[in-house]
Amino acid sequence: MSTLARLRRWIGKHLVLGLGLLVLVYTFVPIAVVVLMSFNNNSKSKNVYKFQDFTWNNWLHPFKPGGMKDSVILSIEIALLATLVATILGTLAAFALSRHKFVGRRAANLIIFLPMASPEIVMGSSLLALFVSRGFGGQLGFVTILIAHVMFCLSFVIVTVKARLSGLDDNLEQAAMDLYANEVQTFWRVTFPLVLPGIIGAALLSFSLSFDDFIITNLNAGQEVTFPMFVYGANQRGVPMQVNVIGTAMFVIAIAIVLGNEIFRRRQEKALAA
Amino acid sequence: MSQLHESTTTDRSASGSRDLRLSGLTKEYAAFTAVKSLDLVVPQGSFFALLGPSGCGKTTTLRMVAGLETPTSGTIHLGDTEITYAKPYKRPVNTVFQNYALFPHLNISKNVAFGLERRGVKNVGQQVADMLELVELTSQAHKKPAQMSGGQQQRVALARALINQPEVLLLDEPLGALDLKLRRGMQLELKRIQTEVGLTFVHVTHDQEEAMTMADTIAVMNQGVIEQMGAPNDLYENPTTTFVANFLGQSNLIEAEIQGREGGQVKVRVQGAVASIPAERAHSESGKGWLGIRPEKVLIAEAGQPIDAPGDVITGGFITDVSFVGVSTQYMVKMPWGQELMVFEQNTGARRMLPVGTKVDVSWRPEYAFLLDASQDAKAGIEED
Amino acid sequence: MTSTAGIAPANPHDTAAPAPRGRKLTGYWLILPAALWLGVFFVIPFYSLVSSSLFDPNGSVLTGYDMTWHFANYFDAINDYKAQLWRSIWYAGIATLACLVIGYVLAYAIAFKAGRWKNLMLVLVIAPFFTSFLLRTLSWKLILADDGWVVGFAQTIHLTNLLNFIGLTGTDDRLLATPFAVIAGLTYNFLPFMVLPLYASLEKIDVRLIEASSDLYASPIRGFFKVTFPLSLPGVVAGTLLTFIPAAGDYINATLLGNTNTKMVGNVIQSLFTTQGDYAAAGALSVTLMAIIVGLVLVYVRTSGTEDLV
Repeated sequence: MSTLARLRRWIGKHLVLGLGLLVLVYTFVPIAVVVLMSFNNNSKSKNVYKFQDFTWNNWLHPFKPGGMKDSVILSIEIALLATLVATILGTLAAFALSRHKFVGRRAANLIIFLPMASPEIVMGSSLLALFVSRGFGGQLGFVTILIAHVMFCLSFVIVTVKARLSGLDDNLEQAAMDLYANEVQTFWRVTFPLVLPGIIGAALLSFSLSFDDFIITNLNAGQEVTFPMFVYGANQRGVPMQVNVIGTAMFVIAIAIVLGNEIFRRRQEKALAA
Repeated sequence: MSQLHESTTTDRSASGSRDLRLSGLTKEYAAFTAVKSLDLVVPQGSFFALLGPSGCGKTTTLRMVAGLETPTSGTIHLGDTEITYAKPYKRPVNTVFQNYALFPHLNISKNVAFGLERRGVKNVGQQVADMLELVELTSQAHKKPAQMSGGQQQRVALARALINQPEVLLLDEPLGALDLKLRRGMQLELKRIQTEVGLTFVHVTHDQEEAMTMADTIAVMNQGVIEQMGAPNDLYENPTTTFVANFLGQSNLIEAEIQGREGGQVKVRVQGAVASIPAERAHSESGKGWLGIRPEKVLIAEAGQPIDAPGDVITGGFITDVSFVGVSTQYMVKMPWGQELMVFEQNTGARRMLPVGTKVDVSWRPEYAFLLDASQDAKAGIEED
Repeated sequence: MTSTAGIAPANPHDTAAPAPRGRKLTGYWLILPAALWLGVFFVIPFYSLVSSSLFDPNGSVLTGYDMTWHFANYFDAINDYKAQLWRSIWYAGIATLACLVIGYVLAYAIAFKAGRWKNLMLVLVIAPFFTSFLLRTLSWKLILADDGWVVGFAQTIHLTNLLNFIGLTGTDDRLLATPFAVIAGLTYNFLPFMVLPLYASLEKIDVRLIEASSDLYASPIRGFFKVTFPLSLPGVVAGTLLTFIPAAGDYINATLLGNTNTKMVGNVIQSLFTTQGDYAAAGALSVTLMAIIVGLVLVYVRTSGTEDLV
């Protein structure tokens, strides 16, 4: 075989993979920019969309810009609470849908699917219309944001946990009962541990959806300012470089959780195999 | 009621016999009846096989005994204790599931200890170790199920059930997922363990060879009812229905005209010739019938040549197909009335193989023949695959 | 419990084995909280939205609104903002198509070529979600900046001229603050919504079918369009819907990367609600957007013949 033919074969074999990796690289370019800009010193020029000088200052004083600290804290509070509520309600609903037969299941499935298929602007404006029409127009704030976040996280939690439940072998629970575990023991010893990874995944998803939401939040936040709203508002004046520090930190923490989990799992497997 | 339940798990020596008795057991689903008024006694300490094709109701029966399915009517007793509606975790019955159903999040020793721990037994370590030794998995105690081979998983499932010393162990196609060689090994292993522990084993399978290898008693099930029950060799040698004749091994079923009983024999006319069947093997007394004869009981010789140890003889056949399978040669012989008979001949080396097209006579000894009622389908129980 | 119920020693109901699946009320209790939440804060709000779209347009937040069944709100809203409505559909459509092409390559590579790196690549697909959507979108301002190398490169290969020719950029050789930038932003932001369903449906395809197709069809490209692509259609349909719907309602990309002539319907609804306080018009426009999306989805799902997506 000539070198040329071999080269052609090699390219043919790896072309798609290469292109796929290129697409992945493309999705990471903006993240690289966020990380880079978190070290940018823009004191010399107003242009916040150009890297000028390297500095640690943004990382040393991440909450220097006025109002940013409060917005980050608010976002974390809301994300934690919304995650907690949505994960609990969503997990219960997922059990109902995959384990119980009842009238109205199809309707329930449809109502759960719809929020994922509706544009955020429509969901946000609907909620706002409700709050205003019921006379809560002046009281928009923490509670209304939380209500909205639980609402749009719920569907994702239900779908994620349901997927995990439907992948569960029925026989396992029957085996547990056959081995003298009553209903409660069967649930806590077998069902729950096996569904837990799905619940954790759903909670992580909820947290990042909530922390990141802008469109729905913006319509229902009243005077409150979440972190995405802070960034959006700051954009008109020129965003402070510190927002990139928060963005980078969030990214690193999330990746650390995912990778840590994966490494833990692999190491456990290796230890067991030895 | 609760008293009753407790007595099932604790007080097992109260009554002498702990036979498993099903009476009038029926399970109906919306569209069909899976099990029809089943009556069955499984003697304590026996190795009992429920044999039948898929969909015959054998697994449903097993699941009702385990408590995983509620009967529509009928009762299940263990000795004197009724367990028909007892919850699965309140019966002294354990199951080896078809796909093993090992808990993937627990390691092997935790899997095995599961039942004991749920019943509040303390210090289960020694018992688990003993059980793992019995199934030869001591070195694997800390692995997760996913890291084990199919055969090892099967043994874990067995250990996990056996450690509870159930009065009845249910095995739902326990060897179905294993390859042929491993399956043969496990059959002997299961039989050994059953003899050693002396528990009642109820084994559900569609593999007739597996059932015959292991079980003391086989019940052949078809369409929700038991067709015939008995020791493996009785069932094989003297089937009472065409389904059993075909499902358990293979049979030649030839249309016959019943002439009547003469002493200990029933005489029939088979396509002009006369044949006889011992009365205890004749399951029809008049009219038409199916004369049955197992292929290995049929003797064959070139037309006009003497047949070794002859009995009833039918002439005028010719060979349409020959397959050599090592221990035996299998012939298909087309008879004058158009039917093809199977003839299996041992390769004793006494005679050369007969080629296709050879004109032959066939013969069988009357004591090997059996007679079935003609109202049954002669093709019932033949597996199409 | 029909025929021989008399024999049964216990009430078979409370002992019905094995799992408590048959119990009727448990299911309702478990789903009730979530169903209530979605009912009160998703279904009822939509009703509020529709009714507010029929309010007297002369009302305001301060004076309150009167329900006058003012259907003219819809004609006014569509008339005033048809450019933005049309633009939303158009931009979201192009972005979805771009996502399909780019996303298919990635999903195909993960499903069939990634080998043991499959899981890692899947994690990397969703990893961008872990950084703020707004920050990632703002990054494109830097990437597409007028004096950046992307613009320089586009000029060198005359891409800017081509984009100008098809009307996606202006004549000033800029990429930022053009329709192109908005569409590029939408494409970037919603790509994972395309890749994941595509991957899920490609992954289910039996590799032997693809091998058989390379046996039957001379060229791999013909084989792809005859076998692989049709088999992945459920993923294509799910992916395009999951990309198109949020893209059509988005206004962040249009705000951050576009100019005053790239406003989408989301921008309008948002400003009608928050700055102009014209709830009637905003409601009418929201309902119109939803109606257009539902209509498009129905037509699309019908024609592609995959109706059991839900």
